[in-house]
Amino acid sequence: MTVSELRRQVSALQRLRMSLLSLNSISKRFGATTAVADVSIAVERGEFFGLLGPSGCGKTTTLRMIAGLELPDKGSVEFDGREITTLPSEQRGFGMVFQNYALFPHLNVFENVAFGLRARAKRGSSPTVREGVSINERVKQALELVQLPGFDTRRVDELSGGQQQRVAIARAIAIEPSLLLFDEPLSNLDVALREETRRELRSLVKRLNLTAVYVTHDQEEAFALCDRIAVMSEGLVQQVGAPRELYEHPANVIVAKFLGNNNLIRAMRLTSSNDPVASFKTLDGGHTLTVGATHEQLMNLPVNKPCWLAIRPETITINDKPSNDNQLAARIEHIEFGGATSMLMLNANGLKLEVLVLRASELAPGQECVAALPSEQIRLLPAD
Amino acid sequence: MTMGLNKTNPKRSRRFALPAHSKSFLLYVVVGLVLLYGIIYPTAHVFIAALQHDGGWSPANFFAVLSQRAVIESAVTSIAVSVLTVLLCGLAGVPLAFLFERYAFPGRRLFAALAALPLVLPPLVGTVAFIFLCGESGILARTIQHAFHLTKAPWSLRGWGALLLFHTYTMYPFFYVLTGAGLQRVDAGLAEAARSLGASRARVLFRVTLPQLTPSLIAAALLTFMTSMASFSAPLMFGGNVRVLTLEIFSARQRGDASVALTETVLLSLISLIALLFFQRYEGTRRFVAAAMKGTTRRREQLKSGKARLLAAFAAIVFSVVLALPIVTLLLVSFSRDGSWTTQTLPPVYTVANFARLATDADARSVFVNSLLMAGIATLAALVWSFCVTALTATGKPSRWKRLVSVLVLLPWALPGTVVAVSIAEAYGQPNTLTGSFILVGTFWILPVVYFLRFMPLVVRAVQASIEQLDGALEEAAAVLGANWWRRFWRVRLPLVAPGALAGALLVFVIALGEYVASVIVFTPDNRPVSIAIASAMRDFNLGTAAAYGVILIAMIVIVMIVAGRLESRAR
Repeated sequence: MTVSELRRQVSALQRLRMSLLSLNSISKRFGATTAVADVSIAVERGEFFGLLGPSGCGKTTTLRMIAGLELPDKGSVEFDGREITTLPSEQRGFGMVFQNYALFPHLNVFENVAFGLRARAKRGSSPTVREGVSINERVKQALELVQLPGFDTRRVDELSGGQQQRVAIARAIAIEPSLLLFDEPLSNLDVALREETRRELRSLVKRLNLTAVYVTHDQEEAFALCDRIAVMSEGLVQQVGAPRELYEHPANVIVAKFLGNNNLIRAMRLTSSNDPVASFKTLDGGHTLTVGATHEQLMNLPVNKPCWLAIRPETITINDKPSNDNQLAARIEHIEFGGATSMLMLNANGLKLEVLVLRASELAPGQECVAALPSEQIRLLPAD
Repeated sequence: MTMGLNKTNPKRSRRFALPAHSKSFLLYVVVGLVLLYGIIYPTAHVFIAALQHDGGWSPANFFAVLSQRAVIESAVTSIAVSVLTVLLCGLAGVPLAFLFERYAFPGRRLFAALAALPLVLPPLVGTVAFIFLCGESGILARTIQHAFHLTKAPWSLRGWGALLLFHTYTMYPFFYVLTGAGLQRVDAGLAEAARSLGASRARVLFRVTLPQLTPSLIAAALLTFMTSMASFSAPLMFGGNVRVLTLEIFSARQRGDASVALTETVLLSLISLIALLFFQRYEGTRRFVAAAMKGTTRRREQLKSGKARLLAAFAAIVFSVVLALPIVTLLLVSFSRDGSWTTQTLPPVYTVANFARLATDADARSVFVNSLLMAGIATLAALVWSFCVTALTATGKPSRWKRLVSVLVLLPWALPGTVVAVSIAEAYGQPNTLTGSFILVGTFWILPVVYFLRFMPLVVRAVQASIEQLDGALEEAAAVLGANWWRRFWRVRLPLVAPGALAGALLVFVIALGEYVASVIVFTPDNRPVSIAIASAMRDFNLGTAAAYGVILIAMIVIVMIVAGRLESRAR
């Protein structure tokens, strides 16, 4: 084995170990506003990766920098061990599904799906040319994958929103992209169709063994689709993790606020960090709450400054049998009927709490009750 | 959207940056040269020449000419004619638009189909038709004269009344079309909201509907004012003692009085540009952005009362007849034998000889070939040019240079045809530093060049508008799919912009086909266009021949318009 061969094998091995896509501290400004500030993300091979955040958080700009549609002001983008920061979009070989689908209105379904294949055919880098499969067959396959066989000659403006969406996906996967990018592709569909398409999309991407980056502002969508999610806010990545991890252990107030409607309680620590059980006094209502927190978490807490406690509405129980949990006397101010569940708005001596219950038929506004906040469900968040 | 254009990759720059850069560089050079030779130099030349006296710099000549009573008077007359034209056209066009856009009744479609007819009528052909119809020896005058046994014609088609009547006939469509389009855009929900708040119909009209129409009305007023300032054929044919600037410039040049012609040209350009700025300024303060576009669109209200329906239908028929009458007259006269129509109500002798002669006579045929060829060259050039300009201006970040290019490109549109022709004739009439020994004046090419310069802003605007309507994500999608700059242009931008560009180009072709104002200043024996042939036939009282030229011209225009409509509907 020669040295160069060895070197090649080593670099191939290194490539395998490395993330497929990595953003290294990329930033982007538009005039005076900073859209993306110092974002670093690593996406692994075969991963369905989500960029989640409220509108204007920089998630779409980040996606566009991955696609090569925007140039980062600072930082670099690496793909498969190669720097592609300024590589023109058309040379990246990624597939992208746009929010409004961006189907070519002057081309029919077939030509839309074939567009990328034809654009590549000349350069000789097309998978089509490589495998000797004709464009015709590739388009047919792609349309079958999105369950639109036989739609070839239809005009795109004759299609329903859901069908247009499928064509957009077929167009993106037809070129066998090395990375698939989605910019809120489901936001123009109605709720029922959105959930159905969501499931199909995930199984399609997994079946084709593709790597995907998916931008959305919908928490539920991101949870259902993605293996890992980066929560973004104001141009910064707040937390990266698997859906369950994000949901159960939000890293900070911003993530806790954005993911589900956590009850956020401002409180002061009462005990020292060496105590086995930490106690906190809430600023509203003056309740004492015990919290299951690790020594390290408590160590990192600033002294003599209030911090945030978060507890999810569904983990609080009402009028349950007495336990060791934090028991607060509260009054029901309002009940919001939501079908399968109901949301109670409680007032515990000035501390407002939202509680999710399955049945609210015995409860009524104005009623007094006891709310139990299990200490192991209370999350301790660093002060903002 | 300009990803391929101005992105450099430090590592791969050799291969990718160079062609991208040379491409935009080449575009800048082409656009810059055309602007320099076509617009900047001729305009500057006229201004400089007007300010020179005995070889030195001096405004003396300029002010000396300005102090001549005739010059000031003609400037004032031009402005007065234009202001009155705007008022009359508004008074005619706006109510018509309300009647025909808002209500449904028998006869509506007939009028709606004919309403824009005067817009496609070449001004010279229109004046000729008007003379046949309303002139002192025209059909209407003779009818009345014979009916009442008058010894002479009841009126003469001369002076202010004639000019304003003709201007109203030809320019009211600006108000009609733009108000109609504005009414379709007006959110009917707003009117409904106002009604539900207790506003009367009149209140809704004046406080809700009309304010929303202001941008349309200003745009129409601007178009009408500028067209009227540039109007030449009508003042020439029956302006009488109404001496407008365009006419004065023409006759000063005929007299060989260059300094007066130049000063008046400068004056006319300044008035036009000031008017343009004034209107645009006003428009800027009156632009409304609809808060939400999810409104109900207004349906045409069916007129219910029998009387109202009858009245409206009657009006539709009367107006349709009025619109069609000049063209019907032209058609009638085109079949009359030259010299046979003297004092009779209608031409007495009919023949197809006029058409036969135009078809067989080499001279007459060459006139049509010239017009088609020159309009075709100008249109094609304008089409290519508009894609060059928009490739620079309509993509990427706005910059000062791009704004300057846009302003310069649109400048000829703001200038009357007389000004464009005079500045080209003056700038390229003798050898100079820019062109060397090449002299454009007196060659065939001067007219295609003037047509191109005059009308290319229309195509540029059409292409620009189409590109602005284009969803930017489409070209981005093409880029992500692997299409390079050229492919994106050919496969995405071009096909999507083509209908708009083609519509603009065909409009330019049609206008250039019957162009007279600029042609009369710079035409040569080699490139006599149809309009010049019509004018000389009229001068020789070959009325039938003149009318036949006009009819063929209109027929060609109609064919082009039909083709344009077909292309557009197929593209959709």
